[in-house]
Amino acid sequence: MVRVSLRSARRHRDRARSRSQATARPPPAASMESSSQPPPLSGADQSEDGATAELPRLTVTQVEQMKVEARVAEIYSVLFGAAPNTKSVMLELWRDQHVEYLTKGLRRLAPSFHVLDANRPWLCYWMVHGLALLEETLDDDLEHDIVDFLSRCQDRDGGYGGGPGQLPHLATSYAAVNTLVTIGSESALSSIKRDNLYKFMLQMKDESGAFRMHEGGEIDVRACYTAISVASLLNILDDKLAKGVGNYIARCQTYEGGIAGEPFAEAHGGYTFCGLAAMILLNEVEKLDLPSLIGWVAFRQGVECGFQGRTNKLVDGCYSFWQGAAIALTQKLMTVVDKQLKQSYSSKSSSGDNLCGTSSSGYASEKSTNVDYAKFGFDFIKQSNQIGPLFHNIALQQYILLCAQVLEGGLRDKPGKNRDHYHSCYCLSGLSVSQYSAMTDSDSCPLPQHMLGPYSNLLEPIHPLYNVVLDKYDDAYEFFRESDQV
Amino acid sequence: MGSSSGEEEGTNKWVPPSQRPELADVVPVGQDDGPCPVVSISYRDDFREVMDYFRALYSAGERSPRALHFTAEAIHFNPGNYTVWHFRRLVLEALDTDLLQEMNFVDQIAESNPKNYQVWHHKRWLAEKLGPDAANSEHEFTRKMLAIDAKNYHAWSHRQWVLQALGGWESELQYCNQLLEEDVFNNSAWNQRYLVITSSPLLGGLVAMRDSEVDYTVEAIMANPRNESPWRYLKGLYKGDNYLPVADRRISDVCLKVLKDDSTCIFALSLLVDLLRMGLQPSDELKGTIESMENCDPETSHVDLATAVCSILQKCDPLRISYWSWYRTTLS
Repeated sequence: MVRVSLRSARRHRDRARSRSQATARPPPAASMESSSQPPPLSGADQSEDGATAELPRLTVTQVEQMKVEARVAEIYSVLFGAAPNTKSVMLELWRDQHVEYLTKGLRRLAPSFHVLDANRPWLCYWMVHGLALLEETLDDDLEHDIVDFLSRCQDRDGGYGGGPGQLPHLATSYAAVNTLVTIGSESALSSIKRDNLYKFMLQMKDESGAFRMHEGGEIDVRACYTAISVASLLNILDDKLAKGVGNYIARCQTYEGGIAGEPFAEAHGGYTFCGLAAMILLNEVEKLDLPSLIGWVAFRQGVECGFQGRTNKLVDGCYSFWQGAAIALTQKLMTVVDKQLKQSYSSKSSSGDNLCGTSSSGYASEKSTNVDYAKFGFDFIKQSNQIGPLFHNIALQQYILLCAQVLEGGLRDKPGKNRDHYHSCYCLSGLSVSQYSAMTDSDSCPLPQHMLGPYSNLLEPIHPLYNVVLDKYDDAYEFFRESDQV
Repeated sequence: MGSSSGEEEGTNKWVPPSQRPELADVVPVGQDDGPCPVVSISYRDDFREVMDYFRALYSAGERSPRALHFTAEAIHFNPGNYTVWHFRRLVLEALDTDLLQEMNFVDQIAESNPKNYQVWHHKRWLAEKLGPDAANSEHEFTRKMLAIDAKNYHAWSHRQWVLQALGGWESELQYCNQLLEEDVFNNSAWNQRYLVITSSPLLGGLVAMRDSEVDYTVEAIMANPRNESPWRYLKGLYKGDNYLPVADRRISDVCLKVLKDDSTCIFALSLLVDLLRMGLQPSDELKGTIESMENCDPETSHVDLATAVCSILQKCDPLRISYWSWYRTTLS
């Protein structure tokens, strides 16, 4: 069990300076200092025609933020005031409840789920992956039925649709493939028609190099990631599929440092994970400006201890994974980061935007035809972390355990919201990432001081580039390697 | 083939497809979920029946008015069904239909499903076909949607696409001003502003706009120093350039001014580290301000200024303590 010294939830700005704070160890609970304070009275009147002094008016962003902060502060103040025993109970992961919630949904869902009728492989993935993180094995019949169902979603000409008979779609193909890899049986893995899937993905390629989601569908970074992840995982990624994707993704990195869904759109946690992971799988990560990406993600963790998806937006449990995994990935990219920092600060003169996507210093331009793409994902995970986590891994666990868990089972966006399968999957994935983020080469498992709550909270580790449980990834990697050697 | 039936726009009672004369020749196709389905949704009868008829028309590839009509019904039941939307586009193309009417149709769906990928993609497809004439009405529509949710990602992406593909830049900077006046914390509006000043064909680009933008941004920072958006925007104005932000005194001045009032403002401290790293020669005043902040910690008094600011950040930004510790190591 982890012993943590907990601080008061509310700490005022004025007191921050006089506070003598231990520098050796981060406080387990981040402060609840208001990040978007109302404008000071003296500077209140900023309106152009402001002849009359108005009282400071809070904007929509400020009001919404304050509501969430108050709600979260209330939860944390209960924790900080609690007796040690109560604290450890509060910080427990409610495994049984989550297992029950996820297992139940795998069979039958209420009529209101008809809005997700074109996302059924996603429902499978959210539940199956969530259960795998919780080390829960499915019974053979259920596994068999999932494999059977997903085969019915598989298009004759390749790719998986959102349900039987639906048009094949890259995102549901990703969900289906990740589900089958997580099940991991021979019948599950061999049910994927890789040749057809490859042809489907090639058809989804736009002349820009990016992918569209489905025939006539939208082009964005999400489509690029799901295509590249699936192709890499199944060992069918080649130059033809890879060509131009990296340049498109690099064009989506914004002035803020994060990655947007399309060029010029706003930096966003989901797309930042997708873009970064795809770039690593393509071995073109040098085309991104990594220091600015890291800086942007690090600032997305807020006083609530969880991550927000965009600057000045509200915290949301699902970004525990999208942002948390993105910044955790960079722990293995320090060689590139150091190089980029050196380059960008060595010349004090105007350096243009050579770091921001126009450079062709990546490997893509000089690729030979025999690049072993699947190896990039494999080698990446075998590499050890070059530094510790660049986010507050304990604080993130605190948000997930205290603010995202629902007592009846399942996890949610934030207090006041309902649980759902999507948030359950990504809160648990984020929890796993943060538990393992401080591992070094010499550890065989996370040390108790890197985990919040009892050690029984420990989840299975994932391969963060694909978001499948690591053991399952290893098996699938072997399986598809061997089938290609036959 | 008749295109209308008893299910017209809510005026009449909904008639199940199986009881509609104009669908009498269609054999519904059930969903092939297998003997032991998983993630099985307990569909309501009307939903199931509509989808069974949709599947029949879709698999027959029927490009007819009744197929068009029927896709509308399936979309009302589940606007997230991309297969239905895709089929609808095929039918629209085959029938040579009125695209403005189609735009009205999708706008209605978008209003009740503002965060749905399919509706926005459909709008983009239509707007592309309609061409530059559609720019104004599309801008009006996204304006309306952003009035409800000023950070709707889809609405912003659509607006940006319309600007770049069809035009309508004339009042865009003014629109950004307006949104930022309403909520200066709206990062989507700052992001839009960045697009406008870098890409609007009417403004001359980033270099031409930079000077006045720095003034605008500094003012926004001074009004709300703990608003991260303008700080990021300010850095963005000098993206990829190490010389200009250092040479422009307004940048280091804003850091100094803010820190005098609020010595723990992490955005000011953070920008300051970057400036020092880029070679900023600190004024005596700046040096003094930083030294007075770090005085509480004698351990840092002998290090260079960037490192000193990093150690201040390690203290006043505990959530990012490991980030700042790492960043500090990269300074040398």
